[in-house]
Amino acid sequence: MSKHLIVDPITRIEGHLRIEAVIDDNNVITDAYASSTMFRGIETILKGRDPRDAGMLTMRICGVCTGTHYQRSIEAVEHAFDVTIPKNARLVRNLMQGALYIHDHVIHFYHLHGLDWVDITSALKADPKKAVEESFKWCKTPYGVGESELIQIQERLTKFVKEGRLGIFANAYWGNKNYKLSPEQNLIATAHYLQALDLQRDAAKLMAIFGGKMPHPQSIVVGGVTCVQDIQNPARIALFKTLLKKFNHFIKTAYLPDVYMAGSVYVSEALDGTGAGLKNYLCYGDFKLDDTGFYQAANLFPSGVVLNGDLSKVYPFDQSKVTEDVTHAWYEASGPQHPFDGTTNPKYTGLEKKADGYAYLKTKEKYSWIKSPIYDNQRVEVGPLARMVVGVAAGDERITKYVTNFLATLGEKLGLGGPAPTAALFSTIGRTAARAIETELMGDVMVDWIDELAANAASGDLHTWTKFDFNAVSKDAKGYGLAEAPRGGLGHWVKIKDGKIENYQAVVPSTWNAAPRDNEGRMGAYEAALIGTKVADVNQPLEILRTIHSFDPCIACAVHIIDTKGKELGRFKVGTNCAI
Amino acid sequence: MIDKREALVKLFSAKGARVDTNKGEEYYNNLQTLMENRLNELEKAEGAYKTNIHTILEANGLSRRDFMKWASAACAMLMLPASFVPTVARAAELMNRVPIIWLELQDCAGNTEAILRSDAPTIDELLLDIVSLEFNHTIQAAAGHEAEKHLDEAIETFKGKFLCVVEGSIPRAMNGLYGTIGPHGETFEEHLLRVSAKSAAVVAVGTCATFGGVPAASPNPTGAVGVQDIVKNKPVINIPACPANPANITGTILHFVLTGQVPALDHLNRPKFAFGYRIHDNCERRAHFDAGHFVESWGDHGAKHNWCLYKMGCKGPMTFNNCSIVRYNEAVNWPIGAGHGCIGCSEPDFWDKYATERPISASRIKAPTGGVESSVDEFGLGLLTAAAIGIGIHATASIVAGKKGDSNE
Repeated sequence: MSKHLIVDPITRIEGHLRIEAVIDDNNVITDAYASSTMFRGIETILKGRDPRDAGMLTMRICGVCTGTHYQRSIEAVEHAFDVTIPKNARLVRNLMQGALYIHDHVIHFYHLHGLDWVDITSALKADPKKAVEESFKWCKTPYGVGESELIQIQERLTKFVKEGRLGIFANAYWGNKNYKLSPEQNLIATAHYLQALDLQRDAAKLMAIFGGKMPHPQSIVVGGVTCVQDIQNPARIALFKTLLKKFNHFIKTAYLPDVYMAGSVYVSEALDGTGAGLKNYLCYGDFKLDDTGFYQAANLFPSGVVLNGDLSKVYPFDQSKVTEDVTHAWYEASGPQHPFDGTTNPKYTGLEKKADGYAYLKTKEKYSWIKSPIYDNQRVEVGPLARMVVGVAAGDERITKYVTNFLATLGEKLGLGGPAPTAALFSTIGRTAARAIETELMGDVMVDWIDELAANAASGDLHTWTKFDFNAVSKDAKGYGLAEAPRGGLGHWVKIKDGKIENYQAVVPSTWNAAPRDNEGRMGAYEAALIGTKVADVNQPLEILRTIHSFDPCIACAVHIIDTKGKELGRFKVGTNCAI
Repeated sequence: MIDKREALVKLFSAKGARVDTNKGEEYYNNLQTLMENRLNELEKAEGAYKTNIHTILEANGLSRRDFMKWASAACAMLMLPASFVPTVARAAELMNRVPIIWLELQDCAGNTEAILRSDAPTIDELLLDIVSLEFNHTIQAAAGHEAEKHLDEAIETFKGKFLCVVEGSIPRAMNGLYGTIGPHGETFEEHLLRVSAKSAAVVAVGTCATFGGVPAASPNPTGAVGVQDIVKNKPVINIPACPANPANITGTILHFVLTGQVPALDHLNRPKFAFGYRIHDNCERRAHFDAGHFVESWGDHGAKHNWCLYKMGCKGPMTFNNCSIVRYNEAVNWPIGAGHGCIGCSEPDFWDKYATERPISASRIKAPTGGVESSVDEFGLGLLTAAAIGIGIHATASIVAGKKGDSNE
């Protein structure tokens, strides 16, 4: 008999997410539903405000990819006003967002996703001497895993566990037989978990140097940036470089080796494509490499669409083909709508309480606060994997080089007798690997950018802002800010009338990935990725966490929308048909 | 780089410091007795962990001297005289006896992210050793039913002893159904009431949890409110700002450990040690304000020379917080340091009242000539009045200069 599982809350993510899965007699997932259970209504709040203030407010959509929302919102307004920012501003914005990438990806790998692969309790049984030997298999100069360091970490953990309370490590799926790393490998990863926790503060400082603080930076304005004193001060540039160098060292001697190490153990799941899902990939494109006009500049990540995992073809991305559908989302609307004209009204239809006392999603009807984005009549996945896939398909030299190197090194470390196959990237593990590849690339390219900024400032160019006449340009305008958050394509669309925001919509990474089914019953990326996965123990659905976490969910971002007024809410008699 | 700890000690110990913390010998003697009794009690109590903090610090390469330095900064931040340093150090050793259950409601996880970058103490110490963090969605290992089970267990085990830290606002429209959590589909309001009922006190962190924040901004589509509008039978401490400065969160927890009581609060339930003075009072650009040197447009001569950002919409003169001293990310920078004015994020309704890029004159607030003084409580009155006159003059000047932008209502 099939089983219907609820996993709520999905933890180690940002925001509120519920997954329900139907599992057959062989413990294989046959059906899956993703639901967001929190809503704030930020787009309604934006209406009628000064477009210059939108960046500050939309940044609060999310405390994780905070700076990305900030930049996209400002950019959407700049696009509407046709204001091109100076070189210094472009470089500072790239550096701030680059810092966000490397910070976010490392935190994700170790602190959010890592515990799906690493059994911390097993690390207690490790032989530190053997662990040191193990670490040299994956890196010539492994990070922070000398024998004495490992002993110290093990003692600290043992003491912690002996005292009886595990705090944030309590009640996880420890001991699940699908945890496959050896005690020594677990110890290495645990050591890096703790070291990364300490080191990530430096990566956050990278953003604060030009952004004032992290999270929620405060130095970007329509037309440019405000941190001119940080640009012109060589000590600030030097600090940035020092911290970046230190962090890059960690990426190359801990993060990448740990991905190889975990990849070696979980390689079969990658090769059989567990967790691949839709295999349609979309990249909005991002990180402008020159100062030409809007959406003409060369991008570090080229935009494009790849369908059915076919790397031989890349379709150009066209923002006019982005729509959102609400057939299975708690809103009312007629047909899929483009974000410029997105009109949505909440229509909450609740959960259904069953005899077992739990409240279930009404999956035939509406079941999430997230809308279903559709691109040119296709459901697509966004994120680091999409960026790498589109980059390779588009023949981007830099991305191809990093992906090829990674696959070659992995193949060599695993003794595959050649590079690991590209198709292995179409999997849960592949999504995690793509993030690591991208982190290395980003860390390297940021070194060039900070040098470029320093050289530009030294040449005497301290231009940080482009002047514009607000009253003239804000009469009737519309624009979009399209780019790539660490989690994937993030877009803000804004319509401005008489100096005020008339309409505002955001279609962001987790809207694409965490969306429910659409008007044609097609699944969203999370849902599709779960189908066919075998769960070792239904009481410990570790495999569900793995695949969902591999997307790096950011749910608060995904739930935006709404076009209602507070007083209208009295009309919805939701209390009666909800299971509470 | 500015050493934050040094800056704190200097600020509170300097002659003519703008913050007068001296409350008299008798007051401090009584406080000392209260703290000693509290700490003796905590020491006897069954705590989550019994590890000696010094073993931990040693393992992290920190000496007794480093620890005392940290304790002296923490002591200064709590506005206590230097004679309290040993007591504060002892309290830090007992911090793990007060477990934390951290709830996330209508939030963006910004406060969790901020505390992850906390430097005093660092987060790995916090997690494993100093604070017993029992529950936090963003970083805890358990999920689903197991997470719920652990929450129930922790609430019962530490009944009446734990601090309930809340991040995010609470939607009340539509019977609270804009936010549900757990397999039973509990609303955020029910969830908060259930957990807070068994806590010792509730700490609302960030502007969403304190005053409703972004979700409560006009027209407040989900009927979002702050914790103090829901929790009525427990002390509620508000630590606003977007995000709350982790130093203020740690300081509040430390204060609770020290006294078993909430710290002295202002009329908005904010700890006075952190919100007892304005950004403007200790701003690094203050001298330029007094001299009348203002940035007039982004990137101009004034911007290149760190002049005052008042005319670019800085709300520092109206905003009570210690950002200008504590700063962010290990004091590496702060918004005004990065050339952007303060947006007033620790004040209620700031999204609606403070137009961020327009000067105070164009915002829906008044210069602090009447009313705002009450929030300064017993100090800084004279200075505030002087500044208010200054602000009035500049405000008038900027209207004349045609800078008035937002003309809503």
